[in-house]
Amino acid sequence: MSTAHLKLHTKPEVPLEADVLNTAKLAGLSQSGIEHLSVMHGNEKASLGDFFKVTGKGNSEIRLEGDLSNIKMIGAGMSDGKIVVEGDVGMHLGIGMSGGEIVVEGDAGDWVGPEMSGGRIIIKKNAGHMVGAAYRGHTTGITGGEIFVHGDAKNEIGSGMRRGFIAIGGNAGDFTGVNMLAGTIVVLGELGIRTGAGMRRGTIASLEDAPMLPSFEYACTYRPLFLRFYLRKLQENGFKRKIQDKHLNGIYKRYSGDGIELNRGEVLLFSK
Amino acid sequence: MKIKKTEIIDTFAEAFEMCGARVIITADTKQWARAAAASMTGFATSVIRCKLEAAVESEIPESDTPDGRPGISVLLFTMSSKTIAGQLIDRIGQCVMTCPTTACYNGLESDRSVSVGGKLRFFGDGYQISKLIDGIRLWRIPVMSGEFLIDDQFGIQPAVGGGNLIIFGSTRGIALRASIAATHAMREVGGVFLPFPQGVVRSGSKVGAKYKGMIASTNDAYCPTLRSISDNSVVPENVEAIYEIVIDGLSEEVVKEAMRRGIQAAAEKGATMISAGNYGGELGKYKFHLNELV
Repeated sequence: MSTAHLKLHTKPEVPLEADVLNTAKLAGLSQSGIEHLSVMHGNEKASLGDFFKVTGKGNSEIRLEGDLSNIKMIGAGMSDGKIVVEGDVGMHLGIGMSGGEIVVEGDAGDWVGPEMSGGRIIIKKNAGHMVGAAYRGHTTGITGGEIFVHGDAKNEIGSGMRRGFIAIGGNAGDFTGVNMLAGTIVVLGELGIRTGAGMRRGTIASLEDAPMLPSFEYACTYRPLFLRFYLRKLQENGFKRKIQDKHLNGIYKRYSGDGIELNRGEVLLFSK
Repeated sequence: MKIKKTEIIDTFAEAFEMCGARVIITADTKQWARAAAASMTGFATSVIRCKLEAAVESEIPESDTPDGRPGISVLLFTMSSKTIAGQLIDRIGQCVMTCPTTACYNGLESDRSVSVGGKLRFFGDGYQISKLIDGIRLWRIPVMSGEFLIDDQFGIQPAVGGGNLIIFGSTRGIALRASIAATHAMREVGGVFLPFPQGVVRSGSKVGAKYKGMIASTNDAYCPTLRSISDNSVVPENVEAIYEIVIDGLSEEVVKEAMRRGIQAAAEKGATMISAGNYGGELGKYKFHLNELV
């Protein structure tokens, strides 16, 4: 089985919309076929070959190399296969994906995995705003799948999230889980302010204490056994350093909220 | 045929198709897991009156349980796939959910499953929470010390019930020692359980009775006290006690293996004779010939 290997030779001057970088769209294409795939460079049509040197042919795995921080929509709508990015990526990574896996060795821009329904995205460093979020004007964010960010992520992680699992290895920005409908967000570092604002159901957990909105009410301190499943899964996926036995076996403060909504959401903060 | 001085009767055990499930109970301590398992497997010796047969299969180390706590594996069999869900719901709901610190997980991967947590969740009265982790749905049911965690679905599969050995001894002590040795050897086989107290039955039964409405009655053929008056007696003069061991298992192979080990162990402990119960081969799907097993 060969892998399509695309190495960036010319960094785009303006954002490049490359939703063709998707295992389904490259499947069966020759090197030349891949180079001729259309992309939008700003408001102009261009070809992948204008920016990438292609080796191999389209199959179930794509390897991308270079600073792709100005390249948007990689893995859009992906349903299977794997994309590995040896570098940074731009916005809208894995938008609407339903299966497969995207691994980014560097940083990711804003809107990682917006409205995805399945599959897994792994960011080895940091991510921007709106990880796993709903687009503006939409009420529902991700409806399935997993997003693992090993570093920090900025504001509105999991906005409107309905199902799935988002994990942030570092710190989270403000409004984590805003308008969340269900699902699970685990932040191993610190949460910003206004966590869970407007959430109806779902779980936001953190290994650090955090300021809570006044519309969240403290319920109890207890051992949430189910959280072990998520933490052990993260340990198995490279988050081992931050998750210790005390986090697996420890007790957590439970806050219920958001009181201005259904009030069936929860924020769990590690206590001891 | 003989093993040492023990005569192996040329007969067969007749066993039936049942429907099986495996439940993993975990708790903060082994003691609480054992307490839940003991409660759950109470009154579960025979489908004749208990509607299901169940027993502990094995204890599971923390490293091998779904949540990393001490665990116990319990096997539960019913005569039909239609009745197993109800039994699981009743027994987990009344015996495991009620037991401090426990959680309950499916222990059987199978194409077929029944909703158990998905029904018990209603005990949460709207406060229950579901979590989907790696394609497996768990229910968190709020209880007075926190939450009870349970899998939504439990796998079920065809199973074998009613494998058996009948162990004859020249004294009650010898018959019992041989039977206990057999049960210890049988329990080493995974996927097998012995539903009676400590695995040994003293009141083996036959089908029907002289009394109307009795579906089973004492197996007079094997009662030493009736040797001189029962026309059916098979109790030799040198035998004073007989015990039966009933073996249920997740497959024909594991029941056979357990019976083979049981025969060897009982013979080593000086059983006079080893036989098996059957209905002439008319009723059960499986026939385990003792001479073929050893």
